[in-house]
Amino acid sequence: MAVSIALSVMLLLGVEQLRTQAKQSFSQSISGTDLVAGARTSPIQLMLYAVFRLGDATHNIRWSSFQAIAEHPAVAWAVPISLGDSHRGFAVVGTNTAYFEHFQYGDHRLLTFVEGKPFADIFDAVIGADVAEQLGYHVGHSIVLNHGAKGLGLAEHTDKPFKVSGILERTGLPVDRSVHVRLEAIEAIHLDWQGGAPMPGVSIPAEYVRKFDLVPKEITAVLIGLKSRAGVFQMQRFINQYKGEPLLAVLPGVALDELWSIVSIVEKSLLAISALVVAVGLSGLVAVVLAGLGERRRELAILRSVGAGPRVVFMLLAIEGLMVVTAGALLGVLGLTVLGLFAAPVLEAHLGISYSAGMLSAEAWRLLLLVMTTGFLVSLIPGYRAYRMSLADGLIPRL
Amino acid sequence: MSPFVVDIQNLVFQWPGKHGFRLSIPQFLVKRGERVFLQGASGSGKSTLLSLLGGVLLPQPCHMRVLDTDLTALSSSARDRFRVDHIGFLFQQFNLVPYLSVRENVLLPCRFSQRRRQRALQSAGSESAGSLEQSADRLLDQLGLDMKLARQRVTALSVGQQQRVAAARALIGHPDLIIADEPTSALDADRQSEFLDILLGRCDDENVTLIFVSHDERLGSHFSRTVDLDKLCETAGEST
Repeated sequence: MAVSIALSVMLLLGVEQLRTQAKQSFSQSISGTDLVAGARTSPIQLMLYAVFRLGDATHNIRWSSFQAIAEHPAVAWAVPISLGDSHRGFAVVGTNTAYFEHFQYGDHRLLTFVEGKPFADIFDAVIGADVAEQLGYHVGHSIVLNHGAKGLGLAEHTDKPFKVSGILERTGLPVDRSVHVRLEAIEAIHLDWQGGAPMPGVSIPAEYVRKFDLVPKEITAVLIGLKSRAGVFQMQRFINQYKGEPLLAVLPGVALDELWSIVSIVEKSLLAISALVVAVGLSGLVAVVLAGLGERRRELAILRSVGAGPRVVFMLLAIEGLMVVTAGALLGVLGLTVLGLFAAPVLEAHLGISYSAGMLSAEAWRLLLLVMTTGFLVSLIPGYRAYRMSLADGLIPRL
Repeated sequence: MSPFVVDIQNLVFQWPGKHGFRLSIPQFLVKRGERVFLQGASGSGKSTLLSLLGGVLLPQPCHMRVLDTDLTALSSSARDRFRVDHIGFLFQQFNLVPYLSVRENVLLPCRFSQRRRQRALQSAGSESAGSLEQSADRLLDQLGLDMKLARQRVTALSVGQQQRVAAARALIGHPDLIIADEPTSALDADRQSEFLDILLGRCDDENVTLIFVSHDERLGSHFSRTVDLDKLCETAGEST
């Protein structure tokens, strides 16, 4: 009895905990970055392609705009990002080594390497955990990039292969599905291309490209860290009003919360389902106690004979119900904590979900209280039934 | 103080509904200290009478006094209190609360009645909680039960042992009246006599009035007075 309540409480609180933590880890996808800037588009679209590598950039921005931002006195660091190419379905991100110094996620965690190191040579690539796992790559592997977005099956830059120099630890973020290369390398592989295809008759071998000026002319987005958090709105205004070309600066936290609200219907459905499970569990409890009352009529008659009034009988049954619900609830919390401790590493390793099995969130405690209150109210039903039976039966139940 | 423990005149009780059973008793008197054997078949109204005596059911207004108290004038919670303060009950079977130990079952009335609690303590000689248990144990011993059983679960006992525990519960704290509803019917024939002798012995020692209800007329030989329930009542349709 208490066990079925415990299980339903575990489900309810488990869903609640996962929901809260998923939301938290989502909104901390790029903690530590104060602003994300790119070509003027909608804030959500900018976040989608710049952070989540979903969809295409509407427009690129000029290198001069990046320099203007990077040289602004309020800026502590600015990391350029270039998107557009892919490798066997994974997005290729052009950036510089500052990316590995400044990109933070979750609880201000930096990207760490499980193998190898950041790029040194121009054709080095740092790959995410999913890329390494699904394609079976190790440090030293040679890879070739595809031109254009993933899945389009377009031409490959076969003459300029890359070498995997490092593999990142799993983060649960789009980073895991990205191949990071140097900005200069992106320029290099497109040197002898024009309009999306290699220029006929022109071919610049890999060893010569290093001699060219490989400063990029265009990038897709900029990750910005400010010297002082307080200046974020000023900086945002500066970028939005930049005269050089139309730009947009987004506060990541705000845009992520908006994105999350799209998912909110899913999380609300999940909560509703678990609430239903709890309701079923409680109904089961009431049904079982009610059914058992028939057996207990003699016991109630004995209590009447030793002086327990019908009100005492009522309270006895109601408190019994409450105790079962409380025991079930506590058991459920305990069970969830234990299960969480065992499941957390598995979730992390296989699904990239970071779950901390420790303290329940405030919302979870509220839900628990709600469950116990409902349980108490629901226990009043068998209590009342016992009260009526006791009145009717008196000392000698008719059976 | 009236010499009568039960003093009933012109009692009428009607169960609700068109064909509800109707109990009508012109007169029923029980003296203090009497041992009354109330004989009646099932359906003759004995459950109704016992419930009326116990203050669980209320008759239509009449003269009904139990231990000098007009039960019809009391509220239901006052009647509950009166019942536990002065009356001990013995049922046919399933007399005990299954999730309490033997000793806890015996002491049940003391949890609901201050009066019986005091009297149980007095019989043990002092006023501390420890002696409540001693009181219970002593009673169990007097009823022929091994005191080692005191802390066991009641489900471990035989029917005969359970009935003795029930008798102890009815007797603890010196009630004035014991009402027993077929307490021997679930026992083997040879045990019945034994149980009856022990119960009567205790009632004699403590000077407790006993109303013993049964359909088995052979048991009547143990009692000084036998009352036939059919003769006591007027059923619907008959007149005095």
